[in-house]
Amino acid sequence: MSYSHDEIAEPPLRWGGGKYRLLQIAGVALAAILFQFYVPRLIKLLDYLELPLLVTLYFPLMRRSPVSGLFIGAGIGLAQDALSELPLGMFGIAKTLIGYLAGSVSQRFDDTNNWVRLVLAFCVFLFHQVLFWAMQRSLRGEMIDLNWERTLVQAVLNALVAVPFFAFLDRVGLGSSSSR
Amino acid sequence: MDTFLSRYKNLTALFAVVLVQLLLLAYQIKGEGEVRLLRVWAIASVTPFARVLEAVRTRSTHVVSDYLLLVGTHAENQRIKKALDNATLENQYLHAQLATADRAKALALFEESSPSKTIAARVIGNATGSATHVVILDRGTTSGIEKGMAVITPQGIVGKITGVYPNASYVLLITDPSFAAGVISQHGRAEGTLRGKGDGVPTVERIANEFKVEPGEWFYTSGDDRIFPKGLPAGQAISVHAGKLNQEIQLRASGLASGLEEVLVVLNGVHGNIPEVRPGNLSAQPVTMLPAPPQDKASEPTALSNTSYPSTHHTSAAAASTSSASNTGGVRTDADRLLDQYRKIGASLGHVFGQSGNGAPNYNVSLKPGVNPAAAASPAATEPSKEPTAEPTTGPTAEPSTGPLVDRAVEKPAPKP
Repeated sequence: MSYSHDEIAEPPLRWGGGKYRLLQIAGVALAAILFQFYVPRLIKLLDYLELPLLVTLYFPLMRRSPVSGLFIGAGIGLAQDALSELPLGMFGIAKTLIGYLAGSVSQRFDDTNNWVRLVLAFCVFLFHQVLFWAMQRSLRGEMIDLNWERTLVQAVLNALVAVPFFAFLDRVGLGSSSSR
Repeated sequence: MDTFLSRYKNLTALFAVVLVQLLLLAYQIKGEGEVRLLRVWAIASVTPFARVLEAVRTRSTHVVSDYLLLVGTHAENQRIKKALDNATLENQYLHAQLATADRAKALALFEESSPSKTIAARVIGNATGSATHVVILDRGTTSGIEKGMAVITPQGIVGKITGVYPNASYVLLITDPSFAAGVISQHGRAEGTLRGKGDGVPTVERIANEFKVEPGEWFYTSGDDRIFPKGLPAGQAISVHAGKLNQEIQLRASGLASGLEEVLVVLNGVHGNIPEVRPGNLSAQPVTMLPAPPQDKASEPTALSNTSYPSTHHTSAAAASTSSASNTGGVRTDADRLLDQYRKIGASLGHVFGQSGNGAPNYNVSLKPGVNPAAAASPAATEPSKEPTAEPTTGPTAEPSTGPLVDRAVEKPAPKP
């Protein structure tokens, strides 16, 4: 009896399938996008926060599946694109890659460790911003400079927010411990 | 092939999803096509949430500010200031009314006074993505808004419309890195390009080092971008540094200085002029003056009774206009004539104005032909019984104070032609 590479490498999903789980993901993603849509206008300090990106990172990490991660990332990214003035696909491609990356990384690291989450969120934010900037320059032809100082500060802040945010999602039952 | 796909199932799926999105991007960017249906659905599904949230926030803010806080203030006032009379209470009430004046009223006043046709709109949300600076308005095509229209506030420019839907529209703020607009400096008339930097402080580019721009100078829209009408305030320079070729100028965007709640969308822009005074400088507001009457050749040029007025509209204080008129040789008011006369007297007596220790020259001497001013300036010459011709016949010249003369000259009635 022979097994394919994916069947061996990919562990069983922590979450059960079903519409309920899908609705949970959709609900959290929608809330994150709504937050990005509305809250920074009122509280300027929260402008640095990229909540849809953190959600894109969290669910693939918990599911430990690159394929479901890339679809979650694509869905969130396209929804974000639809609510921005950008062409559809800019956030979509970036978050697709993030979702895939998070799903792949989760197979090799302990995703419940806070330090791992912190470093992962920092790196993923940097990757997302650099990728987005590169796409704007190459695909849209906009000669925009990347503000490294600001990007690094934003990455640190998002990573610091990601740890309690992920712990909160774990606690309300969206994480691995309670959903397993 | 099947073995390859099944072996690299994940990568194949990733490649397929990214490829689909790349094709979608290419369709939109190259063909300038838009997947409008998806956007309309997204906007239509999100804006109701945003409206509800905005309504809840506004009402709760009103409840707190209009009832809870006022009740507390009232009780505190009652406890602390029981002895206040009705006039004080009325005064406080009027002050409170002024303090809580609605911004919408101010916006409406500006809308009426502006030559451009505008429509008021409310900001209901931010576009997603922290890298972009885009807000969403609650008005769209049903209100006549089109892509490319300018968005302003009474304080200055805000951005431009980049996307329009039936009941919502996107505004690209001037702080966004992809924003650009033509601006011109107020004094030096140096033309440059306003660009966002993504950090709330836009810059003005393409102004050569040779042009003189100082911190605090105002920049206005030049109208060259065909988006903003000429003459709208863009912001005030907060720092100016010389670069290699061009200056590096940072701007405090005046349109965003007091937050974004309500804005005006310019439906039909009308170009204006660059104002000579900075916005809000009430002390230097334009003063309308009548044109000059016809010259009376028979009149004595130095007589104060013959008053003439400037022929053009002045925009500065009286002192400034007086000195400028004298310097250019165009004597226009009695104050100018008197100042000119005093200068001539000073020159004839060898007096150097502004030099301490000389005292003031005798301004009562006459400059009529045949009279030696130096002799007239001597004490004997100024005695009325001995030299009656040296006695000034005009009243005001007996008071050599230049300050009030300007006002007095203006108050004189104009002579009949």
